[in-house]
Amino acid sequence: MSLDRSDVESIAQLARLKIDDAEVPAYTQTLSNILDLVDKMQAVDTTDVEPLANPLDATQRLRADVVSEENQREQLQKVAPKAEQGLFLVPKVIE
Amino acid sequence: MLNKTVAELAKGLESGEFSSTELTQEYLTQIKSEDSKYNSFISVTEDHALAQAKAADESRAAGNTTPLTGVPIAVKDIFCTQGIKTSCGSKMLDNFEAPYESTVTEKLNAAGTVMLGKTNLDEFAMGSSCESSYYGPTKNPWALEKVPGGSSGGSAAAIAAGLAPAAIGTDTGGSIRQPASFCGITGLKPTYGRVSRWGMIAYGSSLDQGGPMTQTAEDAALVLNAMAGFDSKDSTSLDKEVPDYTAKLSEPLKGLRIGVPKEFYSEGLNSDIAATTQSAIKEIEKLGAVVKEISLPRTELSIPAYYIIAPAEASTNLSRFDGVKFGHRCEDPVDLYDMYTRTRAEGFGDEVKRRIMIGTYALSAGYYDAYYRKAQQLRRLIKDDYVKAFEEVDVIMGPTAPSLPWTIGAKENDPVSMYLEDIYTLSVNLAGLPGMSIPCGMVDGMPVGLQVIGNYFDESLLLNIGHQFQQATDWHTKRPA
Repeated sequence: MSLDRSDVESIAQLARLKIDDAEVPAYTQTLSNILDLVDKMQAVDTTDVEPLANPLDATQRLRADVVSEENQREQLQKVAPKAEQGLFLVPKVIE
Repeated sequence: MLNKTVAELAKGLESGEFSSTELTQEYLTQIKSEDSKYNSFISVTEDHALAQAKAADESRAAGNTTPLTGVPIAVKDIFCTQGIKTSCGSKMLDNFEAPYESTVTEKLNAAGTVMLGKTNLDEFAMGSSCESSYYGPTKNPWALEKVPGGSSGGSAAAIAAGLAPAAIGTDTGGSIRQPASFCGITGLKPTYGRVSRWGMIAYGSSLDQGGPMTQTAEDAALVLNAMAGFDSKDSTSLDKEVPDYTAKLSEPLKGLRIGVPKEFYSEGLNSDIAATTQSAIKEIEKLGAVVKEISLPRTELSIPAYYIIAPAEASTNLSRFDGVKFGHRCEDPVDLYDMYTRTRAEGFGDEVKRRIMIGTYALSAGYYDAYYRKAQQLRRLIKDDYVKAFEEVDVIMGPTAPSLPWTIGAKENDPVSMYLEDIYTLSVNLAGLPGMSIPCGMVDGMPVGLQVIGNYFDESLLLNIGHQFQQATDWHTKRPA
């Protein structure tokens, strides 16, 4: 499976990664190499094989819908790049 | 005091031969004078360690002890430690002091251990060489120009260099076992769900598992005792009784059925590693075990399956690093999209970006079935091979890694060649089984590890085998000159 420049650009956009034009050829090459490696699995017949998501086939545990956490807003916002009056600040989204 | 095992240190502390404060000070001094050679620590938490040591000494004086009270350990810098820098080897988290404590370190704290510092790792645990860390590569104490293995390379190197008696690692595709092999120590990856993942920064959540890295199997049992157990904060933690892992160490191996997969001794394996691990298996046979050849026919498919599933999970897990709530944020973003994309471009290194992109691609519309679903189907087949094998044998043995440690930088621009080095460890994570690496010989002056894979929840048996082997041989006592 070979990727081209526009594939890499669109993957980077989906992944929210800024890739410089100069980096695109190297990514195109290494990502194509990785996909060549994984494409070996296409040769295996997996008809009727149930996908395995949890190695022990365990299902998600549920708990009662009750408040279990105390408010730690100040402590959690101490590590924020920008926070003010209890809010996380980001660049303006709506004009 | 240095160069003692955890079991020996525990005895020395118990008898009053030395205090935890003296012991901790000794290790801190050693780290300060020696670690510039190895770069095995990202942070040395001196004040915190001395405070914990003092508390341990006080609690011993008050008659309040556990088997690990006052024992120093190093912790891979992937476990969140409250108020202490938790970087995961990434620029993204270079400024991050975790606001909460991981369950594993909380349990270790409760057991009275002393954290010496946070060890180096491949960025976000993505790698097999400890080279992709933002803080520079860790060096193998056996040969400084070689890699220590990864991703828990800092933990393995610290033990081999005598800078910590034991350490904690994590293993997503071999990240405890392979560095243990490369550095000549003992490393155990428990059954998936045995050790809580809460506060362990996520890479591939259906594969990640924390475990002990130590000088001996006996020490691994002591440390695992303190780490294992159900945790309601980890949604895949298993509510299953935890045995005393030291209880069966001394049992004889008579009648133990060992399976040796022929696929683990095929093309691509260094012939000296083949001979060394085979002679170790013979040694265990002499202790009363029975060896038979088995087949794990899908071994080779574990590479493609893993290198879709792990990156897919990683791309999802790492979407949280967006510059909003914690970690790195780029300067002067013009809008939200610019902030996300530049923050992530600046904060992540090359290998992390590659895996995020592969994962994003595998999960994207139109490719999900061909990649992610297919890989999960293979995962089922790989697990089925093991389930079938364990109908006939009690444990499976073979090499931990196909090659000796390579020279730092040798595989830098060729990720695929590095992925192939994980051939014997990946399937164990895909199946969720416990696996251990123990030192079993030397080739060209470098240590070689024997991998022992157990059935679900058979950690006690693995540790029993490791301990019996270490009673009969002395490979685990070898240290770099």
